[in-house]
Amino acid sequence: MKPPTDPSNSMSSDIQSKIADRIQAIPRSGIREFFELVLNAGDVISLGVGEPDFATPWHIREAAIYSLEKGQTSYTSNLGLLELRKSIAKYVAQKFSVAYDPAKEVIVTVGVSEALDLAFRALLNPGEEVIYHEPCYVSYSPTIYMAHGVPVVVETQAEDDFALRASAVEKCITPKTKVIMLNFPTNPTGAVMDPKELQGIADLAIKHDLIVITDEIYSELLYDDRTHPSIAALPGMKERTILMHGFSKAFAMTGFRLGYACAPPALTEAMMKIHQYSMLCASITAQVAAVEALEHGAAPMEEMRKAYWRRRNLVVSKLNGAGLKTFQPGGAFYAFPDIRSTGMTSREFATRLLEEEKVAVVPGTAFGKAGEGFVRACYATAEDQLAIALERVAAFAQRHRG
Amino acid sequence: MDALLDLLTKDSRLSVEDLAARLNLTAAEVQAKVAAWEADGTILGYQAVIDPEKTHSSGVTALIEVRLTPERGGGFDRLAERVAKFDQVKTCWLMSGGFDLAVVVEAGSLQEVARFVAEKLSTLGGVLSTVTHFQLKIYKQNGFLSTPAPDGLRLPITP
Ligand SMILES: Cc1ncc(COP(=O)(O)O)c(C=O)c1O
Repeated sequence: MKPPTDPSNSMSSDIQSKIADRIQAIPRSGIREFFELVLNAGDVISLGVGEPDFATPWHIREAAIYSLEKGQTSYTSNLGLLELRKSIAKYVAQKFSVAYDPAKEVIVTVGVSEALDLAFRALLNPGEEVIYHEPCYVSYSPTIYMAHGVPVVVETQAEDDFALRASAVEKCITPKTKVIMLNFPTNPTGAVMDPKELQGIADLAIKHDLIVITDEIYSELLYDDRTHPSIAALPGMKERTILMHGFSKAFAMTGFRLGYACAPPALTEAMMKIHQYSMLCASITAQVAAVEALEHGAAPMEEMRKAYWRRRNLVVSKLNGAGLKTFQPGGAFYAFPDIRSTGMTSREFATRLLEEEKVAVVPGTAFGKAGEGFVRACYATAEDQLAIALERVAAFAQRHRG
Repeated sequence: MDALLDLLTKDSRLSVEDLAARLNLTAAEVQAKVAAWEADGTILGYQAVIDPEKTHSSGVTALIEVRLTPERGGGFDRLAERVAKFDQVKTCWLMSGGFDLAVVVEAGSLQEVARFVAEKLSTLGGVLSTVTHFQLKIYKQNGFLSTPAPDGLRLPITP
């Protein structure tokens, strides 16, 4: 027998080798690296967040507290409280004009995050491909990969205000393609989809017999009287679409961790199979709060949307005024300024802005290679802070005009 | 409500340029709209919302319920407008329910409020009765909490 040694030393390299190859192969997220820089920088104004600055509206928090007082602390059915699923079906029918059966076509999840994981695991055989558009939310590619799928990127272009073209999607379709993944309005660009291109993508999905997953998490946060049809509502699409939505953004409920997926019964059932063993159910407190949000949350949500709209106008006009070309995003709460006039890379820009002006933005490359030359500035920040941050960004851009 | 009015209601100190940038208007448009509202009485004034606890003011505030006899023709208007004219009266509303006017009065002391009620208010012809409630503490006024919720609870960078 070997003599005992200090386990913390001798084990550490071994332990590393115990981690599954697939997981070791996943690179560290760019956003986490940057997070540490920001933490060390101390007192910064952060435009680097991906969540509302508003606390959850009080009536929703109060409903959660009341449910705790009553002792509603049990598990719920795997699919989620029927009352909530009914509210979801009603809300989705009103908002997107697609009717789902709350008994068989709605599953309540721990955020859109879990819904994505469930859907990819339910759909993908090893090696099957998912087409998605970049720059995009950081989780898509790793979630596809962890479900043994192959992420296939379509890069959207600044010239198109980062909207997706059906023709670009078509070029990526192969015999292995199984899913097209959409997210409009988009994190990090705020891009919205042209209805004609959306129809084009629906036509492709039907022609090639593909599933479409649409992440509608920002769909309430639209500006300038824009409407946002979901691809699920187009003819022939409901039966091949998983519509994902959640409470994090429009209802300012990120910390409640609640979302849902609406899909044909067979797909819902398949997702439920995974969910019942891995998660059992979403938190009942969050589910009760979500019912309150859907039934009575329209007015507070509209107040928040209006605040985002004002801030978007402010941010876009100030960034353009500072010589950082920024298109008017149609939705979400992000501006995606073009910083190439400074001659810096996204990462340099974000790092130096942080050091020199104590303002945090996220390098566009954290959201995919197509984000090079851009940074994400989140305007879900109090207007007075936002105004100060924008002045600093303007001073910075002035100093570094290439 | 008009988006500009809505924003002015939240923060009336924003400059014309700042208002314009937030609302996708030109500075001239903002100026013209505000001037028109000031002229037609849509905008009656601009005020700071102050927490009296911080100013250590010794003043008192009272809510007085007033019951009135309505008059032929004018209803409550003539009397209500008369009550509203007193400088001590900060707010005066006609109410549904068990009384007619809700009158908010600010004065230097309890005695001053008492004198106002006894000498000015109750003696007006048409005032049937009054009930005076004194304010003890303010938790929220004009939409502002006295103890604002702390911010900065978010992580600085999230996806
Ligand atoms: C596009 C997009 N999808 C999904 C999520 C995750 O949402 P949830 O909080 O519902 O898991 C985010 C969060 O930033 C997002 O931006």
